[in-house]
Amino acid sequence: MGLFDRHAGLLDAYRDVRTTGADPFQIRMERVLSPTEAIIDGKKCLTVGTNNYFGLTFDPSCMQAAIDAIKAEGTGTTGSRIANGSYSEHVALEEEIAAFYGKQHCMVFTTGYQANLGVISTLAGPEDFLLIDADSHASIYDACKQTQAEVVRFKHNDPASLDARLRRLGDKPGNRLVVLEGIYSMLGDSAPLKEFIEVCKKYGAYVLVDEAHSLGALGENGRGLCESAGVLDDCHFIVGTFSKTLGAIGGYCVSNDPDFDILRVTVRSYMFTASLPPSIVASVRQALKVVKARPELRKQLWDNVATLYDGLAAQGFKLGPEHGPVVGVHLPDRMTAIGFWRAMLDAGIYVNVAVPPATPNGVSLLRCSLCAVHTKEQLEHMIEVMTGIGRQMGVLAPKLQAAS
Amino acid sequence: MVLSIAHNVIVENDDAPLSYRRQPTRGEVISEICTQLDAFRSDDAQVIRGATVISKDLNIDSLAVMDMIMELEDRFDVSIPMNAVAEIHTVDELADTILKLTARR
Repeated sequence: MGLFDRHAGLLDAYRDVRTTGADPFQIRMERVLSPTEAIIDGKKCLTVGTNNYFGLTFDPSCMQAAIDAIKAEGTGTTGSRIANGSYSEHVALEEEIAAFYGKQHCMVFTTGYQANLGVISTLAGPEDFLLIDADSHASIYDACKQTQAEVVRFKHNDPASLDARLRRLGDKPGNRLVVLEGIYSMLGDSAPLKEFIEVCKKYGAYVLVDEAHSLGALGENGRGLCESAGVLDDCHFIVGTFSKTLGAIGGYCVSNDPDFDILRVTVRSYMFTASLPPSIVASVRQALKVVKARPELRKQLWDNVATLYDGLAAQGFKLGPEHGPVVGVHLPDRMTAIGFWRAMLDAGIYVNVAVPPATPNGVSLLRCSLCAVHTKEQLEHMIEVMTGIGRQMGVLAPKLQAAS
Repeated sequence: MVLSIAHNVIVENDDAPLSYRRQPTRGEVISEICTQLDAFRSDDAQVIRGATVISKDLNIDSLAVMDMIMELEDRFDVSIPMNAVAEIHTVDELADTILKLTARR
């Protein structure tokens, strides 16, 4: 058997996808023009699938901070922090994020994926129990493959399901670590965090919340679901990313545990990869300042969420369960989703397409992510285009004639 | 069928219908697994047996296997660690795991 034979099923599925004339997983952005526009296939397209929630990738102050940092300290660190040392800006960034959450400690990682992978797999060790939501991100599932803890999966956003699983562990020795996400990346729904925290307290379980998609979007100060649910102090570990609202790349974990820093010499995804380059550290520090200084961006984002979500719902599209910076549009099957995605691209609108096995419950989705600087006109145009395609493809019922 | 009668009695007498109060029989476990897997038969003629290899013989992906296992966990009030799922290939092996866990309760 050849090395690639085991992927035969996936190869077939992938071949189907490409019959639509474009490969959604290898899209080439010929030129990115702004947080909301890019040239694709020689044509200017509206981008509604880039997780760029505050549009800070093109913020002049963030760009300038990155340029200044490159001039001052060069393009890269060429090694890990345990080998090459920390730049004073790495330390400053960690202090600023810790202060943002009002926590004692922060560790910065080179990607959000590595933050989840390393922290979760290391915190839960032999004899411990790791409990994860069924719809967890791939980085959490990969942490489950690395951990020596026993892994138990509970039903998505279902505190009773978690309760049953913690109860069944009975008086077995070992720590319990529960992993939740602020906003789930495919359907944009939030965890019922308050209820989950109650369950965790009942059984003395530690809680880790991944705020990757909720940083900036939720909470009075943009700290995420932990803040908006009023349980910041009850979350033992908060993980997040710099690659969405903060417009760059990188990940972090904050905590009040006095021994937290031991993770710097135990988490392999921190120890054995190069640290963030000066330009990224600088733009992220500036982006965090912008998030604090411009709460109106959060309001703009949610206004845009309402425009798109309510507009699509009014046309009869089946959407994720609640308003969120990610709006998932359900389509009946993989090929319809791919065809719909392709038709939108032809009409100059870029969104993500998400199909099994990357989606929960085998659903096929168009995944739209909103930006604070999308205009109402852009989004109304998008709703119109999607409604047209939806009718043409038979996803929506034909237009009703007004009763005369 | 005797199996389903035994089933109903348990459900009726139980405050928490999803949890077995006593050790289920092997027949009850197999019957419940078959119910869960019914929708994933590759065709109507296919019969699910103890030796059926779940991920190979049936039309089910890895995520759906995990979801099905979650249903079985609640049915029998046990938790099957994800680490153990990797070792389970056949219906018989799944039933053995559940029986072992219910015995330990």
